[in-house]
Amino acid sequence: VRSFWSVTLATLAKDIRLEWRSKDALNAMLFFSLLVVVIFVFSFDPLAEESRHIVGGLVWVAFLFAAVVALNQTWARELRNQVLDAYRVSPASANSLFVAKVLGNFLLVTLLEGLMAPLFVVFYNLRVLGPAWQLIPVGLLGTWALVVNGTFFAAMSLRTRSRELMLPLLLFPISIPAVLGMVAATTAILTGDNPAHFYIVLLLTYDVVFTTACIGLFGTVLQAE
Amino acid sequence: MKKAFPILAALTAIFLAYAFYQAMFVAPTDALQGDVYRIIYYHVPSAWTAFLLFFVNFVASVQYLARAKASTQRAANWVVIVIGLVAAIAPFIPPVKQQLPVGLYPSSVATTGVMIAAMYFLVGRYFPGEALDVLAVTTAEVGVVFCTIVLVTGPIWARPVWGIWWAPGDIRLTSTLVLWLIYVSYLVLRRFSDGAQTPKLAAVLAIFGALDVPLVYFSIWFFRTQHPQPVIGGGGSMDPRMLHVLLISWMAFLCFGFLVCWCRYRLEVLQREVAEAEAMESLSERGTGAVAPKRSLPLSGVPR
Repeated sequence: VRSFWSVTLATLAKDIRLEWRSKDALNAMLFFSLLVVVIFVFSFDPLAEESRHIVGGLVWVAFLFAAVVALNQTWARELRNQVLDAYRVSPASANSLFVAKVLGNFLLVTLLEGLMAPLFVVFYNLRVLGPAWQLIPVGLLGTWALVVNGTFFAAMSLRTRSRELMLPLLLFPISIPAVLGMVAATTAILTGDNPAHFYIVLLLTYDVVFTTACIGLFGTVLQAE
Repeated sequence: MKKAFPILAALTAIFLAYAFYQAMFVAPTDALQGDVYRIIYYHVPSAWTAFLLFFVNFVASVQYLARAKASTQRAANWVVIVIGLVAAIAPFIPPVKQQLPVGLYPSSVATTGVMIAAMYFLVGRYFPGEALDVLAVTTAEVGVVFCTIVLVTGPIWARPVWGIWWAPGDIRLTSTLVLWLIYVSYLVLRRFSDGAQTPKLAAVLAIFGALDVPLVYFSIWFFRTQHPQPVIGGGGSMDPRMLHVLLISWMAFLCFGFLVCWCRYRLEVLQREVAEAEAMESLSERGTGAVAPKRSLPLSGVPR
């Protein structure tokens, strides 16, 4: 068990260090989601009241697209110099690699969301009418839902032709219930019309089910030859 | 087996024609909807056939992954046996019995459960090795076709009856659409990945899809309890004469689906044999050691 976490932490530390030095993924994601926000602002010019109803959808669409940018780069780094092949023949557990990658992506996407959320507030003149603190669990659970499946499917699309294209095609259909939960929860909190508990429970269920499935099946995907 | 094919094809054609006659001329006209409702005889059988095919795809995918290791296969077998036993016994226990919706008999629930378990073992018994993967491709492709029929006929009916093409918040509509999307992405994955890893990756995706569909169902269920909407479809029991025609139509569609699956299965087996023979030929010296492709028949012969 100790070696599992030591491998996980080592991989995570390596990824964070690489990202800190290059800032490739973060810059690309930030600029990309900034563009999405600006395009949305031009496309919809809503009143404050209307914007409460649509911002939930816009925020998560922007984050979903930005997350795909980051997720596509997750494994590409390991392909150079056959790092992934070396990992495959090493005795380290496949899941420790997976967990490290998920945690790395989770930190990255959460950081992005923290930086982008104020922009949405500014552009759309948002004032939250419901209990605002609930946005934190919704954000964390929703991000986890996107990232855990996204990392898994990024590993899967690594084995396909035109892999950058494959990831959204695999990820989006499976993510529909999670996206529905996030958007509905965010809208419920922003408008204060109804409680968001249902959706938080839904997101939690989604996270538990798919985290279990990913951990159970990642070895198969990594070793598939 | 090969001789049975044209016979079955002829029988299916007759059966489909009979079902069409029954649906158009024999079944009574609906009191409220008029003749528009008759599309149900194509819509509902297609839906049931599509769901059945997707379920076979899921079973084949689970079998395929479980078979990779002897220990996982044993564990999976026991899990399926336990599921079958629980499904056979639980519906008769009084507290569970009370939970069943009206009109659903405990015996029918038990039969369904046992049949699901039996299907798992039958699929494993008759589709050894790569044949499971051929079965998975076949059922996914044919299932997507039937599911497309469902998604096209639905709005055609809904427009005159509900006044709208599509009801975004409805459980059945949304979960069928998501199921369709998942299986289209399954087919895209199969197309874009090449080599020996395709079956495994596809099987993994099929399992993710199967986990996703109940969650879609629940998410819309919450959605609906939050925002009440007009209850759509279903409502009330069906005239027995209509139900009779519907079942005939479903039988015809099942025969048709089976026939199409058979064709596709045979085609896939042949394609794989050709690919294999070509690979062998390019390995061995030209003209001397060419390996003749083995002749095999669908459902009896099995690709290596």
